[in-house]
Formats: sequence, structure tokens, C-alpha cells
Amino acid sequence: MASAGVSERNKRPAKPLLALTRLPVLLDEDRTASRAERLAAAPVAVSVQNVSKTFKLPHQRYSTLKERVLHPFRSRTYDELRAVQDVTLEIRQGEFFGIVGRNGSGKSTLLKCLAGIYEPDSGSIGIAGRLSPFIELGVGLNGELTARENALINAVLLGLTRTQAKERFDDIIAFAELEDFLDLKLKNYSSGMSVRLAFSVAIEVDADVLLVDEVLAVGDAAFQQKCFEQFARLKSEGKTIILVTHDMATVERFCDRAMLLERGEVVSIGEPHAIARAYNELNFGRLLHEAVDESRSGTHRVAEILEAWFESGGERIKALAQGERLGLAMRVRFHEAITDPIFAFTLRNDIGHTVFVTSSMLRELDTGTFEAGEEVTVRVGLEHRFAPSQYKLTPSVARAGGGADALDMREDLASVMLHATKATGGLLDPEHSFEVIRG
Amino acid sequence: MTTLAARAPGARMRDPRRVLSLAWTLAFTDWKLRFYGSVLGYVWTLARPFAFFGVIYVVFTQIANLGEGIRYYGAYVLMSMVLFQFFSEVTNQSVTCLTARENLLRKMRFPRLVIPLSVVMTALLNLGMTLVAVLIFAIIAGVTPHWGWFELPLLIALLSAFAIGVGMLLSVLFIRYRDIQPIWEVTTQMLFYASPILYVATIVPEEYQRPYMANPIASVLTEMRHSFLDPTAAGAADAIGGWPRLLIPLAIIFGSLALGIWAFRREAPRIAEHL
Repeated sequence: MASAGVSERNKRPAKPLLALTRLPVLLDEDRTASRAERLAAAPVAVSVQNVSKTFKLPHQRYSTLKERVLHPFRSRTYDELRAVQDVTLEIRQGEFFGIVGRNGSGKSTLLKCLAGIYEPDSGSIGIAGRLSPFIELGVGLNGELTARENALINAVLLGLTRTQAKERFDDIIAFAELEDFLDLKLKNYSSGMSVRLAFSVAIEVDADVLLVDEVLAVGDAAFQQKCFEQFARLKSEGKTIILVTHDMATVERFCDRAMLLERGEVVSIGEPHAIARAYNELNFGRLLHEAVDESRSGTHRVAEILEAWFESGGERIKALAQGERLGLAMRVRFHEAITDPIFAFTLRNDIGHTVFVTSSMLRELDTGTFEAGEEVTVRVGLEHRFAPSQYKLTPSVARAGGGADALDMREDLASVMLHATKATGGLLDPEHSFEVIRG
Repeated sequence: MTTLAARAPGARMRDPRRVLSLAWTLAFTDWKLRFYGSVLGYVWTLARPFAFFGVIYVVFTQIANLGEGIRYYGAYVLMSMVLFQFFSEVTNQSVTCLTARENLLRKMRFPRLVIPLSVVMTALLNLGMTLVAVLIFAIIAGVTPHWGWFELPLLIALLSAFAIGVGMLLSVLFIRYRDIQPIWEVTTQMLFYASPILYVATIVPEEYQRPYMANPIASVLTEMRHSFLDPTAAGAADAIGGWPRLLIPLAIIFGSLALGIWAFRREAPRIAEHL
């Protein structure tokens, strides 16, 4: 992992990173080196020293007293799952800290250790100030009760006294925009409405350190925007926020620093941009390998597709704006001599529709004779007139007259984000004329 | 504000007011849900003890003649059944209370003690509702209210202490051994007949009287008969053979409570991961 070795001192660059995000940027004025310096000087709010947590997974899930009595000396066997291993971390007061990692990387376990729900096996955790166990929204909401009652109960569970909860009730409801539904049972709410209620309660609870676990995935765009505004407010009030998420856009937009976990261990801690990049590599690196394993057909003993990519203007690309020239390319090595092999490209969109296919056979192209050990680059150029989507490229090589059997075909080997200014709903958006002729 | 304290989750009562307020919130919500949306909610809570009582009363007065010569036998059976049902409700609900609140325990940090405490509170609310009906029944049956009635809250407190002690122990045992639930159901059944509910303690043969009264439920119910219904009937102290011997059932009550608290505190930090 070349780009993962980000040192903790490597603070963010001063340039605004988020000019491209579609949500209005609220925090950029603060995303400067001076903020980083201020944070570095701030007192430690959360200190994690060499924390490890191992779960014992018994082979037999529920043991019974009967068994225990009948076989008192039988030792119970179990597997060990090392969820968190030797994590050391310091978060400064007022910092917005992101924890990212793939499923099962231990980030939620770490958060639960921080929240005091799990007890670490070793190491120590220190929290300065009051902690809001904001682990998951909507815990403790009851469908049979009304919004009014649920708000009060949830607030008490999160640490307010009953009197405080009643005082803040109006604010909670106003923020959730649920004034008209106060006496409706929660089971009749839409899921978005209950999330709004839960979030509103959670932010009304005074806390110095907030733990947030992947909560922004739900709720409509307008409410997400409000949540982001609340994060901005909490941040400006100097609250420490620890966010667990898969959404790299959120990490890059809000976090001062972030940490990447993999198999319970810290891969790196540092500037969010670098962490997001490392995370993506970890993920897409894995996807690439899976593609090799699962969706490669052909023996690739005669011809082997080494790689495939999208390009534009002679450079490899990951995204492209509409109207630009789009290049599809593959590199192939031949292990045996071959004459006029057929090269083909298939382009699929994010829902798997084939939107474009081309091949040397369709173009009635004689590709020539190749020797064993020879390598070749195959290129196709076209204008990007596609609907906005993620596109995947499947390159293939076949023997002339070999029918459908490919020598090598690697599905979805490369991907590209093709942008467009508007989504028309059609698969294509070619240049076209539009006339209205009277009479 | 760099006070970094080493923390571990637990059952601890660092802030007793918060524990009580949390437990009360959970208990009251639970209790309210039983009546929610059903006009007959209160009637249904009464239906179970009273219907059972009706059958028992007919069988034991008209057929088995157990109540012969006992003043206010009907009121005694009813009151005993209601108190025993309270004990049974607390302990049996406690067995599964932690798994039932799994979503809270696995997601939030709060003193774990709140959960069993809320079980007792809900049961106390139910008991309060039923007691109103029982008191009315007793007065109709001819019992005159007197000062002895003020002993009732003390007896209920002792019964609660016993129930929560046993309940806490059962709740953590259940996480390890899932067959605790059927085992305890059978135990409750046995305890029902081993306690003076359908009969009075004084009909137990003399030689077994003292060991019999070591059962805290037997002592509580016998004392209830003396203070609530019939001051001329033997109280717990008489039945067991003198005040000092009352220390035995009391020791069992507070011993269970201590054992329950000890076991619960020991397991509390790891409840969330064992669920």
C-alpha cells in the first residue's frame, strides 16, 4: 500500500478540496493550515492506547445447563476473532475524526469500545468530558408510542434528565420538522421520519465527544443537508466528533483527520484526502482481484489480456466529461503465434446494460500475425455521448473463426465515471437536431 | 479538561438518580404499552388473577374444604396469589430481560442495572393496579381497614428485594445457559405449591413448620395474613417460633439480593458481547 504511509503530522493542504461536491461547502473557511495548527495544540479529548479486543466465538452457540451438568469437564472450543488489534490513537478536542475501513475491519468494534459498550481486553481508553453514545440512530424508539413519547424516552436514554428532555422537546420536534405528526404512533412514520426524529434527539443531547456510526446513509437530501449543517455547528462549538463511515466524500469534506483500519489494525492515520485514496485502493484493488478470479473466461494460454483502461488525450482516466474523446484500450500478450486474432470491447453501465460493443471482426479488420511472446496495445476511440453513469469495460480476445469462445475475456476489468451535465433518462445523448415544422 | 479517566462499562451506579430515572422511563413505557389502545387493558390485567382465583376458590372451599375455619380465606387466597404472581412476573421476566433489550445493550452505554430494575418497576406498577381491586374485594368480604395494613408496603419491599436478587442472578445465568428459562418456569410452579397460597402455613404439621417458614415467600404471606386480614392469626414470628428465627428468611432474602448484585456486577461489562 504505497500511499498509505501517511504520517500523523502530515496536515491537510490549504487548497479547498471540495469544490466539486454538489452540496454547498460550509466549512471551507475553516479548513486551513491555521485550523490544523490550532487542533494540534488543543488538549487531547480521546486517547486510545494499545487497545485490543478479541471475541471468542464458541463452536456451539448456546450452551445449556444440562450439558454443563452432564459433561462438567468437557472444555468448550471456540474460534478467536481479533476484531481490534493494538490500536493507538489520540484525538484532539474540537477535532472531526473519521474512521474508515471495509466491512469487518473492526471500526464498529472500536467505536463500541470507545462508547464503553465493549470492554477492551487490553490497553486503555480515556475520554475527556461527556460522551454521547450516538452509536446508531433510533435505538430505543418504539413503534407503538407517539413521536412525543419517543422523543422524551430517547432523550433520557441518551443522558438528559426528564426535565431537560421536556424543555428541549420543542427544539427537537422543530428540527425534525414533525410538528404535524406529534401524536402519530411511530409505526405509522416513514423510515425517513423516524430517522429525523432520532437525529434531532441525538444532537440536542449535550456532549463533548460525539460518536457517529454511519448514520447519514438514510434520510433525503434535504435532511442530510441539515445534518451536515448541524455537524458544522457542533464543529464550530468545539465538539469532538468521531465518525465511522464508508462515504469518502463525507470524510474528505468534514474530517480534519481520518484513520484507515484493516483487519483490526491501523493502516494509517492522517489527512483525509490521503486516507480516502488509500481506502479506495484497498477496495478497488480487491474488486479487481475478484474480477480475475470469478469472471475470467478463456484459458488465456494462447493470448492473455494484461490490462485494460480508459483514456483520454493520451492519459489514463477515471472520469470524463460529456463530449470529450473517450479511449478504450487493452494490452495483450500472445503466448503462441496467431494470425488475425479478434479483439473486442464491451462497455456496460452501472446496471449491467451493454451500451456499446465493438470488435475487429465487426469492423472487418485483419489484425495481422503475431509471434509468441509478442505484446500488443489495442485502442478504440469514440466521443463520449453516454448517459452519466459508472461504466465498466470488458476486453476480450478470440481466435478468428473461433466462434464465441474467447481466448481470454476479463469482465469489468476497468471502470470509468462518465459525467454529463444532465441525465436525460436515455442511454445515449448524441448530438442531434430538433425541429418543429408547422404545416 | 484533560482529565482522562480509565473507563470500563459496567453495572455501576455512579449516578443513582440517572439509573432510577432511566429504569423508571423504561418501566413506565413498558407498562403503558400494555394498556395502549385497548380500553379493556386494565380489565385484562385483573382477569388473570381473578379468573384463576375464582376457580381455586370454588374448588378449595366447596370441594376440598381447605378453607374451613379460616377467616377471610377468599381474601387470603386472592392476596397471596397476587403477591406470588408479582414474584413470578419479576423473576420470569428477569430471565429474558437482557436478551429482550438486546438492541439497547448492544448499542448504548448505560448502567446495566437499569434493565432488571425496570422489570421490577413494571411489575410494581402492575401490582399497584391489582392491589386496588384486591383491597376493594377484601373490604367487600368484610375485612375492616386497620393500622396493620401499613405493614403491607414493608412486606412488598421484602418480596421485591428477594425477587430482584433472584432475577438478577437468573438474567446473567440465562446469557450463559439458555435452558434456565424452562428450568425456572418449573421451579416457579413448584414454589407456588410449596408456598402457603392455596392453604395457610398453620396447617403445615408442627415438625415441618420451622423449615417450611424459612421460605421467604411463606414468611411474607403468613405475616400478610396476620397484619392484613386477621390479627388473631399467627404471624411469621409465631409460625417460625420466635423473632430471632425470622433472621433465617431475612438472611435468604438479603443473601439472594447480595448474590444477585454480585453476579450481575461481575457479568455486566461483558453482557453486550455475550448476547
